[in-house]
Amino acid sequence: MTTTEATARQTGRIGESAQRPDGTLKVTGEYAYASDLWHDDMVWGVTLRSPHPSARIRRIDVAEALTVPGVTAVLTADDVPGENAYGLEHADSPVLAADVVRYVGEPVALVAADHPETARRAAARIRVDYEVLPALTDPRRALDDDAPRVHPGGNLVRHQRLRRGDPDPTAPVVVSLDFCVGMQDQAFLGPESGLAVPAEDGGVDLYVATQWLHIDQRQVCLALGMPPEKVRLTLAGVGGAFGGREDLSVHVHACLLALRTGRPVKMSYGREESFYGHVHRHPATMTYEFGAERDGTLVYARAHVLLDGGAYASSTAAVVGNAGLLGLGPYRIPSVAVDAYGVFTNNPPCGAMRGFGCVQAAFAHEALMDELADAVGVDPVEIRRRNGLREGERTITGQAVDSPAPVAELLQRVADLPLPPPADTADIRSLPGAVGNTTHGEGVRRGVGYAVTMKNVGFSEGFDDYSTARVRLQVTGGEAVASVHTAAAEVGQGLVTVQQQIARTELGVERVVVVPADTTVGSAGSTSASRQTYVTGGAVQAACGAVRTAVLQRAAVALGLSPAALRLDGDKVVGSSGEVLADLAEVLGGDAVEETVEWRHRPTHAVDPETGQGDAHVQFAFSAHRAVVDVDVELGLVKVVALDTAQDVGKAINPDAVVGQIHGGSAQGMGLALMEEVVVTDGHVRNPSFTDYLLPTVLDVPPMRVEVLEYADPHAPYGVRGVGEPPTISSGPAVAAAVRAATGRPLRRVPIRPEHITGT
Amino acid sequence: MDFLQPSSWDDALAARAERPDALPIAGGTDVMVELNFDRRRPGALLDLTRVPELREWTLADGVVRLGAGVPYARVIGELGDRLPGLAMAARTVGSPQIRARGTVGGNLGSASPAGDAHPPLLAAGAQVELVSAARGARRVPVADFFAGVKRSVLEPDELIAAVLVPEAAGPQQYCKVGTRNAMVIAVSAFALALHPDRQEVGTGIGSAAPTPRRAPEAGQFLAGELNWAARTPLPETLAAEFGRRVADAASPIDDVRGSAAYRRHSLAVMARRAATWAWDDLRRAA
Repeated sequence: MTTTEATARQTGRIGESAQRPDGTLKVTGEYAYASDLWHDDMVWGVTLRSPHPSARIRRIDVAEALTVPGVTAVLTADDVPGENAYGLEHADSPVLAADVVRYVGEPVALVAADHPETARRAAARIRVDYEVLPALTDPRRALDDDAPRVHPGGNLVRHQRLRRGDPDPTAPVVVSLDFCVGMQDQAFLGPESGLAVPAEDGGVDLYVATQWLHIDQRQVCLALGMPPEKVRLTLAGVGGAFGGREDLSVHVHACLLALRTGRPVKMSYGREESFYGHVHRHPATMTYEFGAERDGTLVYARAHVLLDGGAYASSTAAVVGNAGLLGLGPYRIPSVAVDAYGVFTNNPPCGAMRGFGCVQAAFAHEALMDELADAVGVDPVEIRRRNGLREGERTITGQAVDSPAPVAELLQRVADLPLPPPADTADIRSLPGAVGNTTHGEGVRRGVGYAVTMKNVGFSEGFDDYSTARVRLQVTGGEAVASVHTAAAEVGQGLVTVQQQIARTELGVERVVVVPADTTVGSAGSTSASRQTYVTGGAVQAACGAVRTAVLQRAAVALGLSPAALRLDGDKVVGSSGEVLADLAEVLGGDAVEETVEWRHRPTHAVDPETGQGDAHVQFAFSAHRAVVDVDVELGLVKVVALDTAQDVGKAINPDAVVGQIHGGSAQGMGLALMEEVVVTDGHVRNPSFTDYLLPTVLDVPPMRVEVLEYADPHAPYGVRGVGEPPTISSGPAVAAAVRAATGRPLRRVPIRPEHITGT
Repeated sequence: MDFLQPSSWDDALAARAERPDALPIAGGTDVMVELNFDRRRPGALLDLTRVPELREWTLADGVVRLGAGVPYARVIGELGDRLPGLAMAARTVGSPQIRARGTVGGNLGSASPAGDAHPPLLAAGAQVELVSAARGARRVPVADFFAGVKRSVLEPDELIAAVLVPEAAGPQQYCKVGTRNAMVIAVSAFALALHPDRQEVGTGIGSAAPTPRRAPEAGQFLAGELNWAARTPLPETLAAEFGRRVADAASPIDDVRGSAAYRRHSLAVMARRAATWAWDDLRRAA
């Protein structure tokens, strides 16, 4: 190796785009995802699901299914040994439906067989005698007195009130609108999959793709009636999550079948079943009103947000919390009245998805900001700059923003980026409709739209949000090697790389092994809410710090120096001016130094139920988007030409990974604006496939300019700010605004369909 | 399920005759979806990809005889000049992987109202060659081939051997509306072929009726109004009237992909534009 190469070589520490340990495997197709799980002598489990949105189960006859050769077990609700209930916030979802079914796709029975097709055919022979009941499928009717009750306690999951300032405000300029957001799917590419292996101690080992091993473990234990030491979970390869793996899917089912058959059981959903096997983003119906001074300065805001939670609670209450507490965007508003509701219906259950309550609200408040801009005669950037929150100011819940809040700067940055050139009419791929050859420039109008968002990072409202890291330093093969063990789920976002980078930085070692995530170490909390780099990153940093302290203490004794004068760098113990004092390997000798740390961010607090006031959040993350679209206004087809963004990430631990997250989030938000919708009619999903649930392709997603700002949050490890969710929130409203600008149509619903633009 | 894999055309016809429960499969881009969704459980799959005769195209007397197993990618690469309308449609099919597998013959076999190949075949006046071991070959105009939603006149003992498409005598266009810019099933589609040799206008409508269909009245109207001799510009009002008549020829439904009203509307727009582009091409060629 030449000297030049040596100096140019990356150290793989924080701030560098260190390579992912799983990158090459994933690109070459060799990575083992949960659907690749395999065990000798395993059998396959399948799920029989409800065909009705609401029905009473009179009787289930499994006799015929049991006669199918190759079938090893058929289970129903009677076979659930523990509590037949699970749930993230409320244990209201039956493991298997007992007396009633509340949505199409609800699990009713399980079959294990030696081949998945055998299991499916046997499941079709289970006879379920249903008495079909009236279904509640319109969330706007959920709170009516005469609406069917989805649960005995009524149809309200949560009502979050927010009141601040003048209860009866007036303003010279008033704008208002209604807005609807359709049901989006997480559309992760790796469908639900897991393998349960019965153990000799009577327990079970479950390998599963998930977002939070420990909350899964808790729920599985409850359903199996087993203590945690008997139910051990290991993370299997996760092919994307986006919130859709927060709730249980195959977990309990696979364990039940494994314990019954005494055989390893694999369950793996196909794409269609996946649409029934996980929660979706809540559809929303919203009414918003802004009052402002004649210069556009906001005086008050009112909002009514109704979220369709579907048949079970899942995380609806927390989504309602976000839609209420963060539902007016990153703006300074003196007087506020918000009512956010989450209700039960007999529609598919809705729960966590990237952006979590903020996505829906942002479509409404950003559309209304544009209305306000028009009403007072300023441009969309200026209206947002004028009203944008700044550090030190208070949010609508009265919480002081105690770290940078660069709303105005983010907007200015995207506004200052160069605009794309006009469409090239000679290349149909660059026009709306693309290879569909629907226009050669006829009817094409360009539009530009802006949006900005503020998202909470981490779990809010007083939740005990922590992570656990176990870090071990020992000599392997003559070199010091750090191993990092957490239960944090790598779901594709790059957390394994971040953990390595932190350990390299804190311990001055090159070789860092991230141990597979499992439940033999304490909880890391959920891979959601843009929190893992912050919280598990904080835990790894703290555990590394404890290991470093112990190692330096040993070195100090051996060297006869004060530990304060020593550092770890380049696999050496070095002095204050960088002089090498000892090999780290020598200091460690045959010993391992190991520390486990449970790390918490600053506490958050529940809000007042009547006013919504309180310090609910630990951190806010901000992003702004500018979308440029070409719309064929005669056919209603859209080509997004540019989708540029600026985001404050506090500190980019891995800059390439940060940009990758922003690209993905932006595409996902754009998808909701233009095409992604689970269409539900009378409780039935009409498009449970990627044939008709459309995701943006490479011809739909434009090149993106990404401006990454690094204004450190002084309260967070390394100053990091959550990255994953904000781009999903601000991109969609920017695209919708651009389409409105191009067409002149109000477009108060997303996804915007061609017929909404053409009016046909 | 049995898997039959003949390596010659005669063997394929024999297998078809012996096993009326067999489902022919070429690229598999429709059949495998049906199987994966458990919509069909045929007794056997009859794999036609090893039959060399199906993978060739030939030209005779101004007619391209396109083997049923020629994939879209080859239609694009090899027939873009002779069958421009079909090649344009082929470019809109799925992804590169799908275009490498999927075939025009398979599209006809599925007989979906949304099949991308159908409108340009209708506009060009193509014929489908159907063969059985017992009765030999017959030729059916593609306009008579479709019998209903995903149904055709193909008999249980017949296979699609080829589709016979006249070489383009004039400009052709194909337009397809989908709700994303690639890899999308047509919400509506329209194909147009100008036949200046016989002063006719061929049309084909996709995804807007129980079967792919022509808009013969609209085509006759436009053909009668065009000034074929002087090739004077196509007035906008005339193009718009043609579009309206094409839309009137459709019988669309509301479904998850789009509304009936939008389908009619978009057909009118596509027909108007396609007619203008094709006529302008013809004028430029003169």
